[in-house]
Amino acid sequence: MLKDLITPENANVFVGKLGDILEKAIDKPLGYAINWGRIWSLWPVHIETACCSVEFGAASSPRYDVERFGIIEAFGSLRQCDLVVVQGTITRKMAPRLRLVYDQMPEPKYVIAMGACAITGGLYFDSYNVLPGIDGVIPVDVYVPGCPPRPETLIQGCILLQEKIKRMKARKFV
Amino acid sequence: MMSTETASAEVKSEGKPTPAKKPTPAKKPEEKPIELPEFEKGLSDKITEKFGDKVEVAFVKEDRVRINVGSENVHDVAEFIRDEMNFDHVESVSGVDFPQDKEIEVVYHIGSYSDSSLSRQVLVLATRTQREENPIPGKDATKLPTLRDIFYSVEFHEREIFEMFGVFFEGHPDNRRLLLPEDWADLPPLRKDFDTRGR
Amino acid sequence: MTEIMPGLALQKVDERIMTLNVGPQHPGSGHMRIVVQIDGDYIVACDPDPGYVHRGEEKMAEYRNYITNIPHLERPVIHDSCNVLYPYVLGVEELLGIEVPERAKYIRVIASELNRCIYIMYWLAIYGIFLGHSTMFMWPAGDREFLIDLMEKMTGARVTHAHFIPGGVRNDLPPNFEDVCLRQVNYFEKRIKEYAAVFYDNPILISRTANTGVLSRQDAIRLGTTGSVLRASGVDYDLRVKEPYDVYDELDIHTNVMKEGDAYARSRIPWLDMMESCNIIRQALQKMPKSGSVRTKLKPNPKTKGAATVYKRVESGRGSLGCYIVSDGKVEPYRLKLSVPSFRNLIALPYLLKGEKLGNMPSVYWSLNYWPVEADR
Repeated sequence: MLKDLITPENANVFVGKLGDILEKAIDKPLGYAINWGRIWSLWPVHIETACCSVEFGAASSPRYDVERFGIIEAFGSLRQCDLVVVQGTITRKMAPRLRLVYDQMPEPKYVIAMGACAITGGLYFDSYNVLPGIDGVIPVDVYVPGCPPRPETLIQGCILLQEKIKRMKARKFV
Repeated sequence: MMSTETASAEVKSEGKPTPAKKPTPAKKPEEKPIELPEFEKGLSDKITEKFGDKVEVAFVKEDRVRINVGSENVHDVAEFIRDEMNFDHVESVSGVDFPQDKEIEVVYHIGSYSDSSLSRQVLVLATRTQREENPIPGKDATKLPTLRDIFYSVEFHEREIFEMFGVFFEGHPDNRRLLLPEDWADLPPLRKDFDTRGR
Repeated sequence: MTEIMPGLALQKVDERIMTLNVGPQHPGSGHMRIVVQIDGDYIVACDPDPGYVHRGEEKMAEYRNYITNIPHLERPVIHDSCNVLYPYVLGVEELLGIEVPERAKYIRVIASELNRCIYIMYWLAIYGIFLGHSTMFMWPAGDREFLIDLMEKMTGARVTHAHFIPGGVRNDLPPNFEDVCLRQVNYFEKRIKEYAAVFYDNPILISRTANTGVLSRQDAIRLGTTGSVLRASGVDYDLRVKEPYDVYDELDIHTNVMKEGDAYARSRIPWLDMMESCNIIRQALQKMPKSGSVRTKLKPNPKTKGAATVYKRVESGRGSLGCYIVSDGKVEPYRLKLSVPSFRNLIALPYLLKGEKLGNMPSVYWSLNYWPVEADR
């Protein structure tokens, strides 16, 4: 009887409706759960680029405590991390290494550009060894301005990244 | 408060009157002969009496004595400074580019840790070498003898001057890039004809 | 006949020696790369590779005038920015012939000592990370916030204060600053004394750092090291005592010296220096004139009359920092060179790591009081 129900003509519609049912019943809650897991455990790569690393270190300190959002600087390898916080100026010597680090991370991965130097070159825009912004090297999700940004600003940037991840489709990477 | 005359730099020199209180200064204070600080004068005298006119004393100020030497004598002068005068390490080596004189000047700041009478003094030793229009670092005439066998502390400083100005140090075991990226193929950056604007 | 390009020629390699890259992305390397060659577990040779943060400070200083250079020159060490600016400001004052009022000198001394403590606390925090001692990251990183609050009250910014300018200081202290400062500094001193229990008397730390990376007194002088590395090897040299600038000659300073020259001594000297800084701040707060101007006004676009050179040096959190300015009568300096203590101490790294175990590398490397951003300028 099932064979009579599903004819080649209405197979598309049937599958489409099945897809809708699956999406509403499983995809949305599953996606919500997956995103919830990703948001509250963003692990940044342990790469210190330039002077903004001091304020990133201060953000991990007991007063500003970014660890309560799940952002712990993993001491292991970067194959377990999913966030790159580019802290400060990227020089021409560092740019290929940054690209290498970004390529070695598994999907899904996110990038926060911290500080004016990472966004547009900042104070050193006309130096001979500084890239004017890291947009040409890796794709950026959140820009955090400041020179250096206060730790609270960095935490606000992380929260913005969390909201962005909530809106993303989770199933593509599963 | 308006900015006043220089009073902090020449504290030790005698014979300088206090700034005149009357509105028209009849005689400017700089015209009187300024007496040089004694201890520093003693240091520069030791060098001039050994080397004569191969060295030139540029200035003798409080805690700073500057000696200008030609590039062929700088090795001997540095050896004398280390052996006879108890200076034992180099604090910094800087290069200055003078395109109008067509020369690059290399300045060594030499200090002493072991001799307590010299703990404030910094001896400034300056040499010059000629400069070329199209430099090929390492293979043109911009050369200087290295002071690494006399003062070991200049090792990384001379490497940096090699990459920033193109001055080749003969005798240095390792004339290599230090701070610039590995694929730098441009002019040495700290020269005056390397302009960062418009790049 | 084919000519082999130099990079492609076959080279005989030693079968035992492996080249390892402790690169810019590493929990134990900071912003620098160290190429080590190891034979089993022992380091045979080491080649430091700085320059990942080389931003060309010295070249860019020639394009900005004396006043707009100030935010630039404080970026090498942003949390110790007053000490990095200090020799530059002193040098410009000598070139232009400016007198600094007395109250400004005391404010400068207080800011410089606070910055020294802030820097050393962050250095201790990173030392904790390198050794895997996470309490030693959390405690200093949290306790330095008290002093950062003080700097914020004084200057308005947490780091990169840009408070020193030629002629004095930008603004006067806020009202009631002296009491708040005294209370915070007293509490801070009590807190850092507790570090002895968790860190300095910790037998694990002692077994990891005692007798490793020993730098003898002769070598410390010959290599031209500076700062806490020098004082840990038995040389009594502190620029605040030997060549006092501003009002350090009126304050009573005791230099901490240790004789062993190993990594433990190098990690202990900055801690003792911080307690000395608290004493200096208390003395300066007492002796400071209660009122007065804090700045001599400059004419716009200051420039020197004719060619002149000046070399000034200052004791910063890492060692003696010098600034060599060559000017030729224009509004911009002709050449500005910063002689930074991290770059001077770098020469000790390949010297000390020979023969060490690979596991000791972070503890020896960071104990040299090395801040990579400053060494690259």
